[in-house]
Amino acid sequence: MDNETVDRENWKARGYLTSEEVDHPPREVLKGGAVAVIECPQRIPCDPCSESCPVGAIDMENVNSLPKVDYGKCTGCGICVENCPGLAIFTLDCSGQDTCQITLPYEFPLPEAGEEVEGLNRKGEAVSNVTVTRVKPKDRSVGDTSTVTVAVPEESVHDIRNIRRKE
Amino acid sequence: MRVKDHPVLSFPEREEITFTYQGKEVTARQGETIAAALHNHGVLELSKSGDKLRPRGLFCSIGKCSSCLMTVDGVPNVRTCITLAQEGMVVEKQEGFPDLPREAEPLEPSSTETRETDVLVIGGGPAGLKASLTAADAGGDVTLVDENPFLGGQLIKQTHKFFGSSDLDAGTRGIAIGDDLVGAVKAHENIEEMTGTSAVGVYKEAVGLYKNMEKFVKLNPGKLIVATGATEKMIPFPNNDLPGVYGAGGIQTLMNVHGVKPGKSAVIVGAGNVGLIVTYQLLQAGVDVQAVVEVAPEIGGYFVHAAKIRRFGVPILTCHTVLEVVGEERVEGVRIGEIDENSELLQESTQYLDVGIVGLSVGLSPSYKLLAHAGCELQLNPVLGGYVPIRDQRMRTTRDDVYVAGDASGIEEATSAMLEGTIAGADAAIELGVGGGREEEKIDDCLNKLKDLRAGPYYRELRKSIQGVEIG
Ligand SMILES: Cc1cc2nc3c(=O)[nH]c(=O)nc-3n(C[C@H](O)[C@H](O)[C@H](O)COP(=O)(O)OP(=O)(O)OC[C@H]3O[C@@H](n4cnc5c(N)ncnc54)[C@H](O)[C@@H]3O)c2cc1C
Ligand code: SF4
Ligand code: SF4
Repeated sequence: MDNETVDRENWKARGYLTSEEVDHPPREVLKGGAVAVIECPQRIPCDPCSESCPVGAIDMENVNSLPKVDYGKCTGCGICVENCPGLAIFTLDCSGQDTCQITLPYEFPLPEAGEEVEGLNRKGEAVSNVTVTRVKPKDRSVGDTSTVTVAVPEESVHDIRNIRRKE
Repeated sequence: MRVKDHPVLSFPEREEITFTYQGKEVTARQGETIAAALHNHGVLELSKSGDKLRPRGLFCSIGKCSSCLMTVDGVPNVRTCITLAQEGMVVEKQEGFPDLPREAEPLEPSSTETRETDVLVIGGGPAGLKASLTAADAGGDVTLVDENPFLGGQLIKQTHKFFGSSDLDAGTRGIAIGDDLVGAVKAHENIEEMTGTSAVGVYKEAVGLYKNMEKFVKLNPGKLIVATGATEKMIPFPNNDLPGVYGAGGIQTLMNVHGVKPGKSAVIVGAGNVGLIVTYQLLQAGVDVQAVVEVAPEIGGYFVHAAKIRRFGVPILTCHTVLEVVGEERVEGVRIGEIDENSELLQESTQYLDVGIVGLSVGLSPSYKLLAHAGCELQLNPVLGGYVPIRDQRMRTTRDDVYVAGDASGIEEATSAMLEGTIAGADAAIELGVGGGREEEKIDDCLNKLKDLRAGPYYRELRKSIQGVEIG
């Protein structure tokens, strides 16, 4: 058996989650429109995700609790993506025909809408080429982190978590 | 080398000035330190060490490590990391121990001064800024000194957003928190700010302050708040003293304060929060980080910080250590290797990485020396980073007119530093008779927030250690 799946806390040594370790929203939810996925598995003192959500979709008992998204409430607005200091939140949307849209936090020189970039997984490995569909530069009044939305094939919606611009 | 196209910072063009280095003219941006300006021109070696004449370069960049000493305008042993370059300055490399200039004379009586103040705060980081604001809001006269040319301490280079609770600035970038606090301090009529000023001793009758290498001020405060922060730690390995080996904070100062790119490629040692954050910031500045090396079997910093650099492909090598730095005059590469559970090196695992920067983030230790000088009782506490003063919940040390706050009281973070600074400033104001009910409320509020902040499993060891040094 794969070591990584035996020890649930092995991410502490690896520094990334495997796709299996992430709580994926059910397919029906993604087909219905954008929702947030949070990849923050450690109880640290931090709560801007929960505090910034305009509809109260991220419940936290106290500042050290693990954040969890209520898909019934989440509208996929992406405000938490811009607010999270750990850059640990993404929105996924598979309501389109063949591709899904992933919105990710991005604090590097920004690409342009329409640009083709490499989609990278959680280890920084290239998965496939993807197209940038939207770029939202950082704004201090909403979280201060830029976001980039890319269109990806449905099979990589749970793998692609970063982009690299081509030279 | 300048940082180009930074995603968070902008470095507006500033007026250029010219100074001489080894007789040659070099340029600097207005407001840049001598060490940063030389670094930009590729000068990494700033001096040769005392007896062995080993090359020495920048390390901590916050005035604490003595690795950047040079002779400036004939004065030896000037800390060039905290001294601003000025038009016409004459800067010379030191070769071994410098001689005192023959014509040197003691300070003229006219350049010493004796004064009083209600509250003296030493250190203008988040702890000292909050302590000053709180005591000044209560109506106290505050003098705030810092030996750096800018206020803000470690905050002025934290380009990332802070964690913690939203009612404590979480989600705000450290630099923005720093800007707001420094702005409030500068605007406050009860605060006199003295930058470029080192507190050099706490004597019976006064605290000695040495201002801009020109003036000696004897300041007699009603209450003293020591918020001197921390010093970056060093670990032993061959050639750990070569130029190109930096403390993590030193790298941040170069790239995030001065916009100088420290080099092309790096290895970071230590996967605590500081190491992970510096790695990310190096990537943002356009530096290739080849690996983060961590001797423990797990990553010590927050998972989310690790995930941010992993998804750019930076490996975090746990159970690995630095074997040696390779190079003659500066870092040319580093050899690393894996260790087993008995700390034995696995010979076949060693590898050489061709990098010019080795960034150490192996912890900080509290800057306690002024507290020791003041006669405050200290305790050695490894979890808190080294020697820390015994104090009560209100940050009073065993000397009732001396307080401590921030990293100087034990290594934690900016949020707790601000809370401790507020507590110390409020209690000092109350004890001096200027503070009252409002200050008591602030203390209660901060004590509760500190408790919440330290409540999680991540801080179990820290909680125990703090209890160990608290009295009353
Ligand atoms: C890379 C890095 C990342 C970090 N990230 C975070 C984070 O995400 N969240 C968080 O909360 N914290 C973070 N921290 C920690 C945080 O920056 C520190 O805990 C905090 O700055 C401590 O504040 P302080 O006021 O005690 O000391 P400092 O900020 O260190 O300030 C001390 C000041 O005292 C001055 N000084 C010292 N001695 C003297 C003297 N004798 N005379 C005059 N002046 C003197 C120094 O010049 C300095 O300006 C990070 C630190 C680093 C290095
Ligand atoms: S995407 Fe919007 S609605 Fe959904 S959790 Fe984030 S902030 Fe709340
Ligand atoms: S804001 Fe981000 S890092 Fe903080 S708890 Fe929420 S998801 Fe985790």
